[in-house]
Amino acid sequence: MEFGMTFLVLACIFGLFMAWGIGANDVANAMGTSVGSGAITIKQAVVIAAIFEFAGAFLAGGQVTKTIRKGIVDAQLLSGTPDLLVYGMLAALLAAGIWLLVASRFGWPVSTTHTIVGAIVGFAAVGIGMDAVKWAKVGSIVMSWIVSPALAGIISYWLFRSVQKLILNTEHPFENAKRYVPYYIFLTGFIIALVTLFKGLKHVGLETTTVQNYGMAVIIGLVIMTLGIFRIRKIHIDPEADKDFHFANVERVFGVLMVVTACAMAFAHGSNDVANAIGPVAAVVGIVQSGGEVVQKTALPIWILILGGGGIVAGLLMYGKHVIATVGKNITELTPSRGFAATLAAGTTVVVASGTGLPISTTHTLVGAVLGVGLARGIGALNLNVVRTIFLSWIVTLPAGAIMSIAFFFMLKGMFS
Amino acid sequence: MARTTISSLFGSSPVRPLQTHMASVQECIAELIPFFESALKEDWKEAKAQQKKIAKLEGKADKLKRQLRLQLPNSLFMPVDRRDLLELLTMQDKIANKAKDIAGLIIGRKMTFPESINDKLVAFVSRCIDASKQAQKAINELDELVETGFGGREVKLVESMIKELDSIESDTDKIQVKVRAQLFKKEKDLPPVDVMFMYRVIDWIGDLGDLSQRVGSRLELMLAR
Repeated sequence: MEFGMTFLVLACIFGLFMAWGIGANDVANAMGTSVGSGAITIKQAVVIAAIFEFAGAFLAGGQVTKTIRKGIVDAQLLSGTPDLLVYGMLAALLAAGIWLLVASRFGWPVSTTHTIVGAIVGFAAVGIGMDAVKWAKVGSIVMSWIVSPALAGIISYWLFRSVQKLILNTEHPFENAKRYVPYYIFLTGFIIALVTLFKGLKHVGLETTTVQNYGMAVIIGLVIMTLGIFRIRKIHIDPEADKDFHFANVERVFGVLMVVTACAMAFAHGSNDVANAIGPVAAVVGIVQSGGEVVQKTALPIWILILGGGGIVAGLLMYGKHVIATVGKNITELTPSRGFAATLAAGTTVVVASGTGLPISTTHTLVGAVLGVGLARGIGALNLNVVRTIFLSWIVTLPAGAIMSIAFFFMLKGMFS
Repeated sequence: MARTTISSLFGSSPVRPLQTHMASVQECIAELIPFFESALKEDWKEAKAQQKKIAKLEGKADKLKRQLRLQLPNSLFMPVDRRDLLELLTMQDKIANKAKDIAGLIIGRKMTFPESINDKLVAFVSRCIDASKQAQKAINELDELVETGFGGREVKLVESMIKELDSIESDTDKIQVKVRAQLFKKEKDLPPVDVMFMYRVIDWIGDLGDLSQRVGSRLELMLAR
């Protein structure tokens, strides 16, 4: 393929840039709740995010990447003109990267996922033809954007209600916290492990049966639970802390749980959002490496997942930690008992979406989860304006991503052919 | 990049400011005791100083009230009804206003009460202050209420506090009846205009108890939602 190497290098640079941007800005939304609740320090948040974002991207990022790579555009139509798909994917990456840069400059609440999906649909529909878009798939993706925050909200509502019932509203909340929090820890480890195993770890050389999956998920859950129990045992009631606020000691127990759910959240975020950066890269790499073959049967090369995960971690370390600090400072009203319910609900929803190959917005899912806790009368004050700005950002982001990617598409097409 | 979606989702909780406001209201009306002691001794210099202090504390409460109102926009989603919360705040603030009015009226007219009712009067004021103290105690449980999501043991605790508040308030009513009865016995020997204002002061002191009780019942409404 002519210019094959050029395309490859360009795709990697754009993808890396995009991954960097996700690490720099987006990770803060996923980690901010944990920092704000006081359960972990910023340093710990950065370490957790670095490890689990990468792990999530590497171990569970494949499905969504596949969707972005070949789920939205119908490659069959392009078998004669593979270069169109290359221009398109490059244009989509460029458009999304620039749009996100502009948006974060002005503090607009845009979603990486929505931007890249808008960009891909844009170039495909206008640059190639309306038939080139798999509208059914796009429809289900858009549906998932509505369903995922709602689902996370429902889960977090019931999670928090269960916490009220089992722990907070009992005669001895501290003892009950020590008794029940380990089970929540188990649940977190179990769900994340199970979804990840089910969706498959073939790419790291692990093939498992259903029974093995359940077994391993239980073992992972138990291991994390045991670690948690050791930490919780070390917490002794401090009468001084309860003087002003009677639940200070209870919250310290939830703090242990919050560390676990923070890891889960970072993992979930990595598994879903890495695709936004590397999905298009994977598409370009696939075409170039197969010498212009559009219908790619080749599996996703692992190094691309590593590239994405590494990019996210780089963005996080270079810039993201400052954003995490800012977000954390603004969320001091959130205590670990609520923070865990919100992050666990959002993390679970996102991981399930990742397993199904649906690109959703982690941030919007987390917003839904926090509102769920609010509905259970758990949070002092929530700003509902955010919901409006989210809808507004949908309306703005999708066309913006699309228009820019169309422009870049024709530019690249003009330059290379 | 100061605010992200998640950080702008969280508003600042009204609970602390509401408690701070109630604390300053309480501080304000607690000054009524030394004020009455000086005024009944007809130590007007001292009483004047205390009246100024009461007015100053009332001003402080007023300022806190306005600040809190400003941070409660319509778009805020809270575990309690916004209207109930604003009503509660108004009620709390009225307690301080009333204390200021009482002190102001007594100073302005240099009022002297008949010797025989002095003791009862001080007891009356102090019981009304007890009522608002009890209201404050209940308000101070609001953060725990939010923590438990308005359920279980905490609700029972607050309900018992409100019950206690009601019984204090009915105490104040009883004392009020006695004070009025004693004043009635003396009123023929006193200048009529003065007597009229004495009754008014007694009414206002009684209002302190009523307002405290209404703070409690607003809080009760919040529990019920």
